[in-house]
Amino acid sequence: MYRYDEYDHQMLEDRVAQFRDQTARYLDGKLSEDEFLPLRLQNGLYIQRHAPMLRLAIPYGMLSTRQLRKLAFIADHYDKGYGHFTTRQNIQFNWPLLEEVPEILAHLAEVEMHAIQTSGNCIRNTTTDQYAGATAHEIEDARPWCELIRQWSSFHPEFAYLPRKFKIAVSGGEYDRAATQVHDIGLYMVRNEDGETGFRVLVGGGLGRTPIIGKEIRSFLPKQDLLTYLDAILRVYNRSGRRDNKFKARIKIQVKETGMDAFRDQVEQEWALLKDGPLTLTQAEVERCKRFFRDPDYRELPEHNETLEKALQKDILFANWYECNVAEHKKPGYAIATVSLKPTGTAPGDVTSQQMRFIADLADRYSFGELRVTHNQNVVLADVEQDSLYELWQALQSQQLGTGNLSLLSDMICCPGGDFCALANAKSIPIAEAIQRHFSDEELRDIGELSINISGCMNACGHHHVGNIGILGVDKKGQEFYQVSLGGKADNDAAIGKIIGPAFAQEEIPEVIARIVAVYRENRREGERFIDTFSRLDIAPFKERVYAKNH
Amino acid sequence: MPKIIKDGAWVDDAWVLLRDEISSDLLESHAGQDLIVPLEDWLGQQAPLKRHEGRVGVWLASHELPEQLGSAIPDLPLIAVDFPAFKDGRGFTNARELRERFAYEGELRAIGDVLRDQLFYMMRCGINAFDLRDDQNPDVCLSALRDFRDSYQPRIDQPLPLFRRRAPAD
Repeated sequence: MYRYDEYDHQMLEDRVAQFRDQTARYLDGKLSEDEFLPLRLQNGLYIQRHAPMLRLAIPYGMLSTRQLRKLAFIADHYDKGYGHFTTRQNIQFNWPLLEEVPEILAHLAEVEMHAIQTSGNCIRNTTTDQYAGATAHEIEDARPWCELIRQWSSFHPEFAYLPRKFKIAVSGGEYDRAATQVHDIGLYMVRNEDGETGFRVLVGGGLGRTPIIGKEIRSFLPKQDLLTYLDAILRVYNRSGRRDNKFKARIKIQVKETGMDAFRDQVEQEWALLKDGPLTLTQAEVERCKRFFRDPDYRELPEHNETLEKALQKDILFANWYECNVAEHKKPGYAIATVSLKPTGTAPGDVTSQQMRFIADLADRYSFGELRVTHNQNVVLADVEQDSLYELWQALQSQQLGTGNLSLLSDMICCPGGDFCALANAKSIPIAEAIQRHFSDEELRDIGELSINISGCMNACGHHHVGNIGILGVDKKGQEFYQVSLGGKADNDAAIGKIIGPAFAQEEIPEVIARIVAVYRENRREGERFIDTFSRLDIAPFKERVYAKNH
Repeated sequence: MPKIIKDGAWVDDAWVLLRDEISSDLLESHAGQDLIVPLEDWLGQQAPLKRHEGRVGVWLASHELPEQLGSAIPDLPLIAVDFPAFKDGRGFTNARELRERFAYEGELRAIGDVLRDQLFYMMRCGINAFDLRDDQNPDVCLSALRDFRDSYQPRIDQPLPLFRRRAPAD
């Protein structure tokens, strides 16, 4: 993975010192609440229900075991012994003290980590496919490009006070695992007719109050032009994005109101001034970044492994985990294993310091000392020898980390909700748990691939719009209710779910989900996933069943 | 005399910023002084401004664009970029465009809600003079210009981004 050089270290040291000074001036009363606000946000610090919430950046989800152990240390010393992985591959701590934040940032800097631009109206952490560089089905590893974007976007002097936040995702695989189409800018690596790789650029995607799927602004962008083109889009946005209304300030509204053709013209005009300028990427820099993401020292192994075959034969629970949580690797004899952070009864994405250390030990032993955090709030060991999978799973089981539910109904995306977040209208974690408890393991397996995404308010941190089943907490006269939508998806063919009808009380939700699932099971054809059956039937039969009087 | 930060020093400043629409009476009352006038008046009242004894600069509101200044840019002794609120980031783009696209080399001044914690980015976008909000401490503000020792992006005093200056990795 990327390693800091003296420049990166120096930049981070300067930032830590800057924020230490800003915090001191705020605590001294020399900096007003309003003036401190964007400064603390751009250092990941929110004021939350119980305490400040600190969101740390995990650039494009990559973590070394050394970094994960540092996170465990921070969880123990400055928090209550756990952290929460977010839907943008970051981690949040919910209980730090404001006074201690500069100290936490200094600890993080030791392991090349920080909280820069994880919040605020600036360019946020760039996200990508958690299988990047390891998957068998990939056009190009997106991570070097993410790193180039990280550096370009860090402390960008022109774009630190944008109309609103700005999120970029890059997907280099054939299958989109990064929810690329619901980002302000989505970049797909593609190959043109001449066999060169470059970027297909989407703009104006986003969830929140006005969910929109990003639209293509450019079908092929040569790689060396990546940063000048991003600069051009951001400049058009910074200059003309709406600042009069917070809810209309995202670039998606600007693109919608301007019209894609006119917006594209503005970007092209701006780009003409920047193209071939100093931000044009050099071959040397691209090669430098790529070198950080070279293959680890894989061994030459046979395609099939006997230890694995035997274990799959004799242990049905392991076979279930293998079927769900293990993905095909590009290198024969290796596998990509996902550690589910969604066992029933735990807040989705939560991980204790003990589990962090345990996962770090396993990654050291089995996966070259590196991990990836997924936007679905799980953790990936990307380079595991097939021979070790059974051992790995047995070890995971001992810490409640061996749940074999990846992509199943119980593998829910869920925001912290009203239990923690000051913005939330409603709780989300207890909803997730109630749904998980409603289904047995056998049922989950029979239902198969089905995503349920839960957000506690319309800011949509739980990506409810793009869940096959989406659940949104709403406030009705001081009471918590839940609106359900169906048919959302975040893949290459992304779609916003349709609202099924009037919202439900909290205790009704498990039964509502059960009825929706029942319609699928009764109507599915051979090989159809929930989303396929939904696409064929549309919403009517689901709606009818859900609102039918109890029989 | 009022003071501003200019080119890294706390210096006397003789320019008078005219926030509101100008009139012949107003110009009369400032005879002999250096004035910073609104873009709209600068565009619409060239004749009386030409007669004015003293230099004339222009300030751009955050929704106004450098290209509205047309071909006069290189000859202007001063262009000011307004930050009506410190969170309004349009001035950063205006500054960078004036320096990079229009190759403006004269004084580029931040006016309005100009605070310590935005100065560094302003400087990086090419602003070299800062008319601070009244409550700002000049010494603290001067130190802000040294918040970072280097930067990833191109800037006015270092037009090459860091990646073009870095030694290649092994």
